[in-house]
Amino acid sequence: MIVSIASGKGGTGKTLVATSLARSLIDDYSVTLLDCDVEEPNAHLFIKPQITSTEEIAVKVPRVRQDRCNHCGKCSEVCVFNAIAVLGDTVLTFPELCHGCGACSHLCPRQAISEIPYRIGTLEKGHSGGLEFAKGELDVGRAMATPIVRKVKQRPPGEGITLIDASPGTSCPVIEAIKGTDFCLLVTEPTPFGLNDLSLAVEAVKELGVPCGVVINRAGKSNEVIEHYCQEQDIPVLLKIPLELKIACLYSEGFTLADGLPEWKARFKQLAERIMELTGERSCNTQR
Amino acid sequence: MKEVVILSGKGGTGKTTIAGSFAALASSKVLCDCDVDAADLNLLLEPLVQEEHDFTGGWLAFINEDKCCRCNLCSQLCRFSAINDFKVDEIACEGCGLCERICPVKAIDMKPNIAGRWFVSQTKYGPLVHARLGIAQDNSGKLVARVRQRAKQLAAEGGLDYIISDGPPGTGCPVISSLTGADLALLVTEPTLSGAHDLERVIQVCRHFGVRAVVCINKFDINELNTRKIEDFCARSETRIVSRIPYDSTVTEALMQAEPVVEYTDGTASLEIMNLWQTTAFILDSKNGTYNAGLKHGSF
Repeated sequence: MIVSIASGKGGTGKTLVATSLARSLIDDYSVTLLDCDVEEPNAHLFIKPQITSTEEIAVKVPRVRQDRCNHCGKCSEVCVFNAIAVLGDTVLTFPELCHGCGACSHLCPRQAISEIPYRIGTLEKGHSGGLEFAKGELDVGRAMATPIVRKVKQRPPGEGITLIDASPGTSCPVIEAIKGTDFCLLVTEPTPFGLNDLSLAVEAVKELGVPCGVVINRAGKSNEVIEHYCQEQDIPVLLKIPLELKIACLYSEGFTLADGLPEWKARFKQLAERIMELTGERSCNTQR
Repeated sequence: MKEVVILSGKGGTGKTTIAGSFAALASSKVLCDCDVDAADLNLLLEPLVQEEHDFTGGWLAFINEDKCCRCNLCSQLCRFSAINDFKVDEIACEGCGLCERICPVKAIDMKPNIAGRWFVSQTKYGPLVHARLGIAQDNSGKLVARVRQRAKQLAAEGGLDYIISDGPPGTGCPVISSLTGADLALLVTEPTLSGAHDLERVIQVCRHFGVRAVVCINKFDINELNTRKIEDFCARSETRIVSRIPYDSTVTEALMQAEPVVEYTDGTASLEIMNLWQTTAFILDSKNGTYNAGLKHGSF
């Protein structure tokens, strides 16, 4: 089972939920945690993994062989991303704009363009107390997060449970993280911002056809803001984490709830069981 | 005209709370919401939409089934795995147009993709330029650029002094698009390990793009040890801390009422945000060499 953890709004507690869930489940399952918030990965601060391998992640960008190029301008004409330009008898490439579609190299009439790797980030793998861990990290100054998310997710589908910590928002890197997962856990907070961004995230998840449930973090007297919406949308509220100083302190020090407040382990296990029930129901429905 | 963009790396540290308060405090400004995939500033400012535009970002491939000869060349060459069973996966398609060009029977057309909408609104605090990126859309950076361009135009036309931009979380495409060419980045962080870690990265991003950055530690008193770590890091990286906002429950109360906190109370957080705006305006002005006397920070 693959569960993605997303939110719409940033700072609602995705990483706290993902890492606490991972830590609560390792007694009973084999668990893999993938940090796909590649612009600002934080799960390692809570999991404190031992990193066993680091690899560079690169996209393919064009390199022009000057001896073959006759400056016909075809490459710059076909590139919709403006990543290659022909000025007189020079060809300029802008790797940071390149999406790696291969149009320039494929369509060059003189086969003058080859593709070379261009580093955009790293993939680290490791483990922590029985938990398998991987983290993607976008290099500072690089724009394209999506290829890194794709790379982090590209693992042999293991037995057990895979948890994916996504980035905030609803744009491409988030979609890439949620896509193809069995369930999406949406973490929100009971404020107007939390509600607004939750509704955007729900739209995105529905578009992808991934079933979802909600965790209300910093829960308190204004929970009905979220509960009312979830009822209307027929989305289950699966867990509430109260607004409490001791939880905020644990978070600020980089502890998961499972490590800092052991009574939470049982609650996160229950959460996982509810998700299994919900996805089980769904697969029955699809078979029907 | 001077532009400040409010960033944080980590989400939920208080960017929009501060931007909303700046909206109420600053005179002569345009407001700009660069968080186009989860825009929230409008919730505080009750905008009255005056202009509404489609944002066309990139292209999408369409296969004409009648013409398609089922050779599958498009699917083999597509780097984004966006064509399966002679159908285009609109979420995966990045609109590069290679398929259109190589299709031997010209069965593929590229059509402009409406990726979102953007708006110019009037608020009681002044004009607001904001946007909504379509769900699951690419091109957030281009939409941010569009929003900023319009904000600049409005500021120029109105002879306004400041552009106040509420930025997105992260360090990638929309952040870079919000940051490049701005006069100042105000980085809002919180004293948690995640907040500190993300601040370090976003400081590097500002440096990479040559934009001056100053730091505000929000809720600095919830973990003073972490606050000190952030202060040490900022000192080492020669990044000035311009504000320490105390934890104050009225910030959440104001948010529940959908009001900028400085309008809601004059609690400790509000007072510090007022100081922060004065400091920010001072830094923005002083780049021009025009010093406002009487402000509490000496030189920048």
